[in-house]
Amino acid sequence: MSSAAAITLSAPSPAATSAAPAVALHDLAITFQLKNGEQHKAVSNIDLSVAPGEFVAIVGPTGCGKSTLLNAAAGLLKPSAGSVQIQGEALSGLNAKAGYLFQADALMPWKTAIDNVAVALEPQGVPRAEALLRAKDWLGRVGLKSFAQRYPHMLSGGQKKRVALAQMLIRDPQILLMDEPFGPLDAQTRQIMGNLLLDLWAADKKAVMFVTHDLEEAIALADRVVVMSAGPAARIVGDFRIPLGRPRDIAEIRTEAAFHDIHKSIWASLRGEVQKAYAQEEALAQKEDGK
Amino acid sequence: MNRVTLITLQVLAGFAFLLVWHLLTTVPMANGKPLFAPFFFSTPLDVLARTWKDITGGELWRHIGITLLETMLAFVIGAGGGIIVGFAFARRELLAAVFDPYVKAANALPRVVLAPIFALWFGLGIWSKVALGFSLVFFIVFFNVYQGVKEVSPTVLSNARMLGMNERQLLRHVYWPAALTWMFSSLHTSVGFALVGAVVGEYLGSSAGLGYKIHEAESVFDVTGVFSGMLILTIFVIVIDTIVTAIENRLLVWRPDTAAKTA
Repeated sequence: MSSAAAITLSAPSPAATSAAPAVALHDLAITFQLKNGEQHKAVSNIDLSVAPGEFVAIVGPTGCGKSTLLNAAAGLLKPSAGSVQIQGEALSGLNAKAGYLFQADALMPWKTAIDNVAVALEPQGVPRAEALLRAKDWLGRVGLKSFAQRYPHMLSGGQKKRVALAQMLIRDPQILLMDEPFGPLDAQTRQIMGNLLLDLWAADKKAVMFVTHDLEEAIALADRVVVMSAGPAARIVGDFRIPLGRPRDIAEIRTEAAFHDIHKSIWASLRGEVQKAYAQEEALAQKEDGK
Repeated sequence: MNRVTLITLQVLAGFAFLLVWHLLTTVPMANGKPLFAPFFFSTPLDVLARTWKDITGGELWRHIGITLLETMLAFVIGAGGGIIVGFAFARRELLAAVFDPYVKAANALPRVVLAPIFALWFGLGIWSKVALGFSLVFFIVFFNVYQGVKEVSPTVLSNARMLGMNERQLLRHVYWPAALTWMFSSLHTSVGFALVGAVVGEYLGSSAGLGYKIHEAESVFDVTGVFSGMLILTIFVIVIDTIVTAIENRLLVWRPDTAAKTA
């Protein structure tokens, strides 16, 4: 963390604004009750705050509870200790101010692309005709103008993510929660989706919590990269500001010298955790085989 | 193998069967009689002639109409009941937990034994057959809808909730379509069972319908009539099944496999 301090100086900090943070997790812990009665502590002692308009990426080894953190911010999971504050207010129930982009397919398979996007406006009471009009506009913005009448299974993985992105953004949420949204996509599609996301985000900067296991993706996209330790009871072990300018092209930015410097310093703190996670997995497998 | 050859072979196989049947029931053996007595086995030509006579005469259509009516009523009422109860059980844990053993017990009972009771309660008209069909269709639809609502993808559900949907909107946009999918995937089975209920009911006691026609022929040792009734019943089922497939393809256009079929 101290290694990041030098970099911080050159980065203009969006957190400097006086408004309350968009998301503030304080001393958060989440424990799951396992089927065999044991308690599994997924994350603990989490202090994390995301400023309005700030793009924060969360990286960590597999199974470290990154998604758990997002689910707590979304209100899908109740923390077992600590607090979740959204724009200065304690969160109760679902987070109505947040949009959530899931890793798995979350579109309603029985609705066409345009219906999937338009239905997101129904809870706000927008009349259907207007909702369809706005959905059409959004499908255009994510580059799917001529795919409006397709059902999800007729779309490619990247196209489905675009629909999901439009479905999330049409509601104009102030906080975007993304759980490895581009994980299942191939490398080229990921880059295209990353640039699309940055373009849409740049239009009216919202606070973003972006979970990924891909450090390069995290650096290319975010203002800040938060590193989590291996689970169980995963903690935040690093918090790095990314001093790269915007607008960025996430394919080109990877070739810059500054990118490599940051990557090196963050990887130094991440590598140990990844190795720890692998060792734990192996130990667990051996234990299970031994039974 | 190309399509034309396949169809030719299929038709030939059918003809071969009919030919063997024909030869066995008409060609005299050493004792001057055919190997299979036509009294017990009829002959293919007799069966076809009888079927043609029935189809061109007006009588048969009344029987078909009644069986069709019973089948449709059994299906509609059974599916409606199955959807409502399936939904209720899936959304109310307690209800499902309390009634679970009774539902299993009721479903374990072979439904044919209910036919006499239904005949006593509802008389020999169409309603005792509808009741028998209902008792078969209800459980199939019920189990499917229950499963469908229970197994809605958690991601789709979480996503819909994050979009801000309330309970009513979730019902309309998530649970209901999911339940319908499962119901339609069992459409062939449940329509088939509605028909079984109707025909078995007719067979066991009635004065009209295809089941009655077969029973009537059987009671006077009219084997030709029995076979002819079976042939008509088969054609009837194939026609209904084709219609069901068409409806299914129309309604489940969003599903990958059916879309591939229609494309």
